[in-house]
Amino acid sequence: MSGKISSMLTPRNIAIFVLLAALVLLPVYTGLSGNRFMLTLFTRIVILAMAAVSLNLMLGYGGMMSFGHAAYLGIGGYAVGMLAHEGITSGFVQWPVALAASALFALVIGALSLRTRGVYFIMITLAFAQMAYYICAGIARYGGDDGLTIYKRSEFGGSINLSNKVQFYYICLALLFAAIYLVWRLVNSRFGMVIQGARSNDVRMRAIGFPTYRYKLVCFVIAGTMCGLSGALLANHTDFVSPSIMYWTRSGDLIIMVVLGGMGSLFGPVFGAVALLVFEELLPTLIKLFGTPMFGEQAARASEYWQIVMGPLLLLVVLFARGGIDGLLRKLRKKERV
Amino acid sequence: MTLFIEQCLNGLQFGLLLFLLAAGLTLVFGIMDLVNLAHGSLYMIGAYFAATFAAWTGSFVLGAVLALVATLLVGMVVEIVAMRRLYGRDHIDHVLATFGLILFFDESVRLIWGPAGLSLPLPPWLSQPVRILPGVEYSAYRLAIIVVTAAVAAFLYVLVMRTRIGMLIRAGASNREMVGALGVNIKLLYTLVFGLGAALAGFAGLMQAPILTVQIGMGENIVILAFVITVIGGVGSIRGALVAAIFVGFIDTLGRAFFPDLLRMALSKEAAATAAPALSSMLIYLLMAIVLVVKPEGLFSASQK
Repeated sequence: MSGKISSMLTPRNIAIFVLLAALVLLPVYTGLSGNRFMLTLFTRIVILAMAAVSLNLMLGYGGMMSFGHAAYLGIGGYAVGMLAHEGITSGFVQWPVALAASALFALVIGALSLRTRGVYFIMITLAFAQMAYYICAGIARYGGDDGLTIYKRSEFGGSINLSNKVQFYYICLALLFAAIYLVWRLVNSRFGMVIQGARSNDVRMRAIGFPTYRYKLVCFVIAGTMCGLSGALLANHTDFVSPSIMYWTRSGDLIIMVVLGGMGSLFGPVFGAVALLVFEELLPTLIKLFGTPMFGEQAARASEYWQIVMGPLLLLVVLFARGGIDGLLRKLRKKERV
Repeated sequence: MTLFIEQCLNGLQFGLLLFLLAAGLTLVFGIMDLVNLAHGSLYMIGAYFAATFAAWTGSFVLGAVLALVATLLVGMVVEIVAMRRLYGRDHIDHVLATFGLILFFDESVRLIWGPAGLSLPLPPWLSQPVRILPGVEYSAYRLAIIVVTAAVAAFLYVLVMRTRIGMLIRAGASNREMVGALGVNIKLLYTLVFGLGAALAGFAGLMQAPILTVQIGMGENIVILAFVITVIGGVGSIRGALVAAIFVGFIDTLGRAFFPDLLRMALSKEAAATAAPALSSMLIYLLMAIVLVVKPEGLFSASQK
């Protein structure tokens, strides 16, 4: 029995446990310290982590390299924003509409894109996301380029109040956990096995008799719908939705989260989202902190240009840290055994 | 009618310009199997170099030539420092790494040139309109772009189809191991090809600079168009890129110019006014979707991969 427990105590499992505990306990800390900014930041992180989890389902497990995943963030967000603009603020209407709209969009886009593969697939998903971007930028009624302010968050009767920051955080976190659970159940089911089989060798899977196109399409739709939900949350979080939510660089950010955390690992995207967004917040401060003794005033100015460090850092992650954070944690385990 | 001719010329000019970008992308992709999102950054850098060098030397043409050389060098350095390590890796690694390069280039430009845009003034002999047909006048500079880019396209054709380097490039595209095994310095070839692609992108950027403002992020939108073109034309095919680029240039320019009027005939005035801008920027993506649905490998697919 004790052997079983100690074999579960891998660095990876400990890291996952610490991360999840930290996420659950965060509002306690911010409540005690009064650090409101931190709660807002982490609500955002949790929401985007959910989007990354959904992308990981198709990218990491399904091998479908979508470069337009942010489109669903936008569709979910705009569903909430447009309905709120028309005076329908009930979450019981808004959220199902957001999910249905993303699912429908994913079904159409997926049905077309999955006919192609490789770089063509990357590009066609990108093109469709850009199309969605331009549509939303062109609709003057809902703010066009300038975006749409949401004056009232989704309402769920009297029981849940999304304007309460702590409540909203826990709802987002619960949905993130639900999403991870769903992905876990999916990838360990027969369906998930087929998807992963198709990632490794599509031709062989078809030869065995699996219509992989249909399986992949279903996976595409599930991922899109899940991301649509996180879009609805994001719109509620920022009280605002604009076309830039689905600009292609945003899709790039989601891919970074997935790869940084570790493709095809259950908690990888969460690690990736936390790492990327916290790092983005900290980097300017870090540059200032370490640069000032060496370069004095110059460093304070340079901290504005933190992306100049971020870019090459990404390059280094790609070149030297394959498997992302999850991969590193796994390696720790291997070294211990030797 | 005058407007129509003018818009057609604009479409041709835009299409040829896009071809310069798409040709570099498709070369790099076809030969090195590398997805280079940072291609737009090289376009931006070409424009910044041109604006700076033109201000230094006081001559537009001299500035342009210097900028071209500088972009070529930047491209080769990028290949040696970063890209070389990415060959043979997954496409997702390419996407991420070059995404990082975009961040780096954007911020470097902001650091060096500041956040405000630059402008590249034209010399007087290029800034006046010329009469191309009786009663039809057209911007001399745009006409110059058409002539020069057409010349570059022809040069590229000769280079790829008629010279020894071009032969190696084509051979590298179809089977790079074999080319390496036959004793060709494939590393040098790759560096040259990447530099050539960079120079083409930089050239497109500096040609476009006097028409638009030179600013950060100017490459990002246009590089997506260039990607669309390479995909429509078939990845790796220069001929495909040329056809698709001109096609896209026409559709985009004419769509923006005349589509709203066409819509107004079909829809009410208000509905047309709302839908037109969104629809005309969508046209190209729609075209790409249709092409990929009908021919998933693009119109002129080069490789049999």
